[in-house]
Amino acid sequence: MTTFEITVNGQTQNVAVDATTPMLWVLRDHLKLVGTKYGCGIAQCGACTVHLGDTAVRSCQLPISAVGDQEITTIEGLSENGDHPVQEAWLEEDVYQCGYCQAGQIMNASAFLKSNPKPTDEEIETAMNGNICRCGTYTRIKKAIKRAATSENS
Amino acid sequence: MTLVKTSYNRRSFLKGSALAGGGMLLGFSWLASCKPSPEQIKNLPKEWFNINGFLKIADNGLVTIMSPNPEIGQNVKTAMPMIIAEELDIDWKDVIIEQAPLNTAIFTRQLAGGSQSIRQGWEALRMAGATAKQMLMTAAAAQWQVPVGEIVAKNGILAHEGSNRSAGYGEMASAAATVEVPEEVALKETADFNLIGTDKKNVDGPKIVTGQPLFGLDIAEEGMLTAMIIHPPAFGMQFKEMDASKAKAMPGIKDVFPIEVYPEGVEKQWSDGGGIAKLVAVVGESTWQCMQAKKAVEVQWEEASQAESTGDHNDGLDGKLNLNGVAPAREDGNVASAFKKAAKVIERSYSAPFLAHNTMEPMNFFADVTAEKAILKGPIQTPEFLELTLASVLKMPVEQIDIMMTRMGGGFGRRLYGHFGVEAAVISKKMNAPVKLVYSREDDMTQGTYRPAYKVHYKAGLDENGALIAWHVKGVGTNDDLVFENRFPAGAVDNYLAEKQSFESNVTTGAWRAPRSNFIAGAEQSFMDEVAELAGKDPIAFRLELLERAAKDPVGAIENNDYDAKRYAGVLELVREKANWKPGVKGSSARGVSAYFCHNSYVAQVLDIEMDGDTPVIKKVWCAVDCGIVVNPLSAKNQIEGGIIDGIGHATYSQLTFKDGKPEQQNFDTYSLIRHRQAPKEIATFFVDNGIDPTGLGEPSLPPIIGALANALYQATGQRYYHQPFVSQRQIVG
Repeated sequence: MTTFEITVNGQTQNVAVDATTPMLWVLRDHLKLVGTKYGCGIAQCGACTVHLGDTAVRSCQLPISAVGDQEITTIEGLSENGDHPVQEAWLEEDVYQCGYCQAGQIMNASAFLKSNPKPTDEEIETAMNGNICRCGTYTRIKKAIKRAATSENS
Repeated sequence: MTLVKTSYNRRSFLKGSALAGGGMLLGFSWLASCKPSPEQIKNLPKEWFNINGFLKIADNGLVTIMSPNPEIGQNVKTAMPMIIAEELDIDWKDVIIEQAPLNTAIFTRQLAGGSQSIRQGWEALRMAGATAKQMLMTAAAAQWQVPVGEIVAKNGILAHEGSNRSAGYGEMASAAATVEVPEEVALKETADFNLIGTDKKNVDGPKIVTGQPLFGLDIAEEGMLTAMIIHPPAFGMQFKEMDASKAKAMPGIKDVFPIEVYPEGVEKQWSDGGGIAKLVAVVGESTWQCMQAKKAVEVQWEEASQAESTGDHNDGLDGKLNLNGVAPAREDGNVASAFKKAAKVIERSYSAPFLAHNTMEPMNFFADVTAEKAILKGPIQTPEFLELTLASVLKMPVEQIDIMMTRMGGGFGRRLYGHFGVEAAVISKKMNAPVKLVYSREDDMTQGTYRPAYKVHYKAGLDENGALIAWHVKGVGTNDDLVFENRFPAGAVDNYLAEKQSFESNVTTGAWRAPRSNFIAGAEQSFMDEVAELAGKDPIAFRLELLERAAKDPVGAIENNDYDAKRYAGVLELVREKANWKPGVKGSSARGVSAYFCHNSYVAQVLDIEMDGDTPVIKKVWCAVDCGIVVNPLSAKNQIEGGIIDGIGHATYSQLTFKDGKPEQQNFDTYSLIRHRQAPKEIATFFVDNGIDPTGLGEPSLPPIIGALANALYQATGQRYYHQPFVSQRQIVG
């Protein structure tokens, strides 16, 4: 057990865990931030996506010991009132079915739009290809990302 | 106006407090803690009045509606309350929705499966709303001393024109709660619906996009431990013994022990399906610690039955397929002599592998079992049956068992089989503590309860004019017999023979979205395309000719056929129009068509494909659906889109193979699921507007799309696709 000081959603916290513990489980089990989801544990599905700085990363493959002083943002901290343009676009398009993968989709999409504010359809598909939606909401996800891109630029 | 007797399930309309267990409605705080919208907060009620088991009305007019059925992503949590709100006649913005817990005293069929929630709940939900409205009107009539027949209740307002009086539902709620439940109530005419048929957004949307706890895996309770299981690594193996000394010494680990999930003498339900009788449980403080400890447990497994590999399954299925003299499931005319007379005969075989359900949220359940009570919470499609099994396993009366359903991170049939709930309860009892059982992805994918592997053989005969005169279907599945003998084209062909058999395998199987249809529709509709081509006819025209025959002059009695030929033809005609289908005309894209009937609904699809080198790009899917009245078109279209992508994905990319009983794919690195890039670029859905009571929607769009895809691929590549996953045929890549 080691005590780590990490910053999650703007708050600095101390967590005493084994150094190998992935951030996914630190968030879910220790910080009770359960919006970040477990899907595969091997960075194949994207359900556990969070932001490390401005970059979307798979938290199941990010040991707490590798975080250092980089800031982590989860779905709970993406916006103060759930009104990030990507979250609003998701609501507007009524994207979700079961909803389980959507936090990861939203975190991936929001980091992507920050680096590429006016993406083409093909760029969206490529950027989102690592996020599985078992319910098959892909066409709505694409629409929502395009909507968010438009609203951010307007 | 239709008058209906409330005697049907009358107990549902009694006030919750008058019923044993009625208090349960308010007893759970974790999920029942509804979150009112900001507008609703502005106007918080002082008091709520239970009108019946489905709803309560506040003094200020807000209405809380209980959504009775489990939510697996099919969006019944929005649609079922819409039906109640329609008959109650209130403004949707005044509605708060709560997930009801299991309560067999109030609700019937609290089950998610077979695309039946709306269809089977339709009447009861309408009556729940209509009964409440009637009670409000009766209360108003009494207070105003006017005949109840002169009261109009609309949009949350009760009004009496003659005396120029009106009151909000909230003002009459207290009085209405004491009114006797009426013997009969009037239901609205469908033409008078003003909520049903409109787009309403998913009621859990705001929670989903902000990551609030909704799912079973999100449960965190005081003093709760985490539990994981180790199940046999291969089918045919069972637990023998273990050495857990290393694992028990690891940090955070509380205990490691074998569990008997289904001890001798336990009364199992159908829903216990492929539940494994003996497992190893690892219990600890956190998930990651349990995952590490699992690897350190040394388990000895022993052979219980023969280990099977994929080759064995294929041989077994072929063996059954080649058997002669199987008793026919249905036989019309004389197929043998018709084939002898036929001008042209065509035969084809199709196959599909085992599939895992792979819900994105792996299996899990919370249990807190003490001597007095068992409290269970989690994702389950069949809570009623889980309760019965728990009563037997825990030797506890059902009255002491409470089950709460969480939103499910996908179902697809997997959560019909509630063994994980039983496992959680057994572990909690042993630990004398609340536990959350968590399956790893690998545990989940290798547990079993799979979509069966299937093979089917078709033979068709045409006369010299290209008319279909003989049809023979022979199907087989692992632990499943595949063929629906009374579906199309049964009833449309003079000489028809259907045979079906099951090959017994120790690889456990269960219902997977649109069971059996999920394979046989694609095979049948691909074969139909080849038969039409051999007949020299347009594939839509060919199907319509057969359907006309089935409607006008059915072979055998018309009631022998499961489907309505006119509704079936209706969706084909609609999709032909919407997709601008022109016989014999090839556009820039290759096109395929398909149609199917299942879950009491009708779907026809046209799919356009373009090849990018060896990679198929699905440009657009047109989908025509006849599922009767559509309660919420916005989410109904979502279901249709999801089913289409699900069908295309599994038929093209997914498979589960076995070596010596062991699943060869255990996670998403080797088990392929469809991804963003492979999904159709556009899906357009069109509903037939016929006012018929609603039928299934969660499944029917999946089965036919596989035929439309195979038929479009043939147009694009010149190759027919007979064996799933289609990428394994190597003419296309993913």
